[in-house]
Amino acid sequence: MKILGIDPDLGLDGADHNLLTGSLEGLVKWARQKSIFPATFGLACCAIEMMGTGGPHYDLARYGMEVFRASPRQADLMIVAGRVSQKMAPVLRQIYDQMMEPKWVISMGVCASSGGMFNNYAIVQGVDQVVPVDVYAPGCPPGPETLQHAILTLHSVIASGELTHRRRQTGAGAGIQVDQRDGQTAGATPVTIGSR
Amino acid sequence: MTESPVDQESPEPVEAPAPETWHGVLIERDAPFSRCQLVAHPPREQYVGFVRDLRDEDQFWLCLDVTAVDYLTFQGRRPLPDGITPERFELVVSLISAKDRQRIRVRVQVPEDDPVVPTLFDVHPGTEAPEREVFDLMGIRFDGHPDLTRILMPEDWEGHPLRKDYAIGRIPVQFKAANDGR
Amino acid sequence: MAVDVKGGGIVDTDEGAQELTPTRKGMEAKELLREVGCVLRLSEADAEALEPGPDDETMIINMGPQHPSTHGVLRVMLELDGETVVRTKPIMGYLHTGMEKTGEDLTFLQGPTNVTRMDYASPLFNELVFCLATEKLLGIEDDIPARATWIRMLLCEVNRISSHLLFLATNGMDIGAVTMMLYGWREREEMLRFLERITGLRMNHNFIRVGGIAADLPPGWRDEVLGLMDMLPPRLDEYDVLMTGQPIWRERLQGVGVITAQEAMALGATGPILRSTGVPWDLRRDAPYLHYDQLEFDVICGSYGDCFDRYAIRLNEVRESIRLIHQIVDMIPPGDYRIQDKKVTPPPRARIDESMEALIHHFKIFTEGFKVPEGEAYAAVESPRGELGCYLVSDGSAKPYRMHIRGPSFFHLQCLPHMMRGGLIADGVAVISSVDPILGEVDR
Repeated sequence: MKILGIDPDLGLDGADHNLLTGSLEGLVKWARQKSIFPATFGLACCAIEMMGTGGPHYDLARYGMEVFRASPRQADLMIVAGRVSQKMAPVLRQIYDQMMEPKWVISMGVCASSGGMFNNYAIVQGVDQVVPVDVYAPGCPPGPETLQHAILTLHSVIASGELTHRRRQTGAGAGIQVDQRDGQTAGATPVTIGSR
Repeated sequence: MTESPVDQESPEPVEAPAPETWHGVLIERDAPFSRCQLVAHPPREQYVGFVRDLRDEDQFWLCLDVTAVDYLTFQGRRPLPDGITPERFELVVSLISAKDRQRIRVRVQVPEDDPVVPTLFDVHPGTEAPEREVFDLMGIRFDGHPDLTRILMPEDWEGHPLRKDYAIGRIPVQFKAANDGR
Repeated sequence: MAVDVKGGGIVDTDEGAQELTPTRKGMEAKELLREVGCVLRLSEADAEALEPGPDDETMIINMGPQHPSTHGVLRVMLELDGETVVRTKPIMGYLHTGMEKTGEDLTFLQGPTNVTRMDYASPLFNELVFCLATEKLLGIEDDIPARATWIRMLLCEVNRISSHLLFLATNGMDIGAVTMMLYGWREREEMLRFLERITGLRMNHNFIRVGGIAADLPPGWRDEVLGLMDMLPPRLDEYDVLMTGQPIWRERLQGVGVITAQEAMALGATGPILRSTGVPWDLRRDAPYLHYDQLEFDVICGSYGDCFDRYAIRLNEVRESIRLIHQIVDMIPPGDYRIQDKKVTPPPRARIDESMEALIHHFKIFTEGFKVPEGEAYAAVESPRGELGCYLVSDGSAKPYRMHIRGPSFFHLQCLPHMMRGGLIADGVAVISSVDPILGEVDR
């Protein structure tokens, strides 16, 4: 009797096809990385650029991510695109809680990352006070290239497993700062935000 | 530009022309402070009736804006025509005429200890949202408004952010260096 | 806190809590007379505290603030009788950024950076209206160089096209024409690329400054903009084939979300919403600013005040903008691109190298800003959404004493209950989309 086309008596020598071996964990990470569904969480200016990234020119479908899910239950990635007001913060947290594990957060733009130029009574100074952030994308707004860079960074971190380890240890996101990609002069310079 | 259009130091005492009125309300046509914009200064009691008269008789059908200014720190120097007592709050209503596209700005003085103004809702229903905004951010109440609740801030927010004695709420940002664990 | 709602229903409460008690259904005659009975007067807390009622009563559902077709973070509370919308209450404030307060803390020079982030679909108009108001306060509105004014008009019209393309894309997506969404983005990218080449950023340009514009046009701009204007008309014809004449599209929009001219004017609506009811109201023609009085264009008007009119008006306004741009390109004269007034304009880069005074002057303008004489001023422009106004009060310092922006979308949201009343809930999406609200401008 052959198991998976291999005769146990003959071993791999008798196999009539190629075999790839690896750990199950690696396979899961690979699969996760390649099929992230983002939740539509557009808030302000950055949402327009996020939609532009999904548009025909920048084509997010290349990374298997063109399906923006309206329901948080079906989404793995929350792209916080825009400034988070005090009134929106509880809603944001609730949507994050409704997403299934494993889930990731990209903080898109300086307003979501640090409050940006709006350091006042109405804006939450950094969405990492509300949800754990994995990748920060700078820019005001970040161009589609920067967002894609942030997404690819997230992909590589998911694949390396670094992120899941870190989250297990600290309960917080990875807090990775990506660079500005297309030479835009932003409203604020990117700052590195320390770990929590 | 060598000269500013308004002399900042001393508003020189020009021969005061007879105050002009419209529907019984004091108006200014070429006040330098208002950059020659037509401005009306009705008292609180006359304000709604004045706007109604403008709508019914002069075709001021569009009420474009309702906002308010808190003159707490700019109190004394503000030039106002005789007979108008400057108060802390000022309600500013912008109207435009469908007849000749003339704009008029209605400025109503609202005292600090009794910040209540009759609502314009029955004359221009479109003032509902901006009046709520003024209530929310400036704390002026509108008598007779159908739904005077907070509109921009959360319902349980305290204070009125656009008042001059409300701090901007800036949080000092701490820039921390990235630690080694990254 | 009363915001534990999302998606399309109240979370954390049982289904029955959304229904209404019998007392809410009956409406007093006075209330009916006052507001045609279409605005839901119910606070968020009350809506959640409602007890379940019998089956024949109306029920309240929430739409937003995180909903794919509310164009951002608008939340709408709908009172439904079966599938029919009875009363509606738009709830805003989820994007309140405190920009008016922040504006009081920034100098007049920094002001455009702040206001450009309000209406993020048409940022150049925000900068323009702020600069017009400031220039009125400074008394230099007649001294702006002609080249600067014409370039402002060119950029604004390009921005109007890109904003309307965004509307066409999202309107198509909301109604189910996903192809239109892709087409709209395809064309909008071209517009953004042109704006990026001129201003340096795809959005939030901060290019129109007090006294002129930030920089001169780069070489080759004329061919580029003319190329764009040649590219667009066939694409617009494509949209006509795809949507305007298509029976499904017309069924979905015609007669939906009707508003009368009286209602629209009473509610303070301007722009395409007022024009869709047949009122030819366009500030570019009625109260000309910049040099619009020297140009020839048509004000596009509807006749029924429905969603289809609003769609068709915006589509045809793109054509009018193309017509305008062709005229503007021929009119741009040579000369200065910003006012040569030492008070508001920093010295040119070359002079900083050779003159100490110029360096100090440059430094002082960018750190302290310039002082603006006491006074108040209101300026208004026709943005893609309607009358965009800026009310400024100056107390003689370098920062505005009070800055207020009159956003057209803020007023247009009040039209929502009137447009939705009596319609089906599925049409609600089409109505919200046709109002084209930009929440950044609503909440500021």
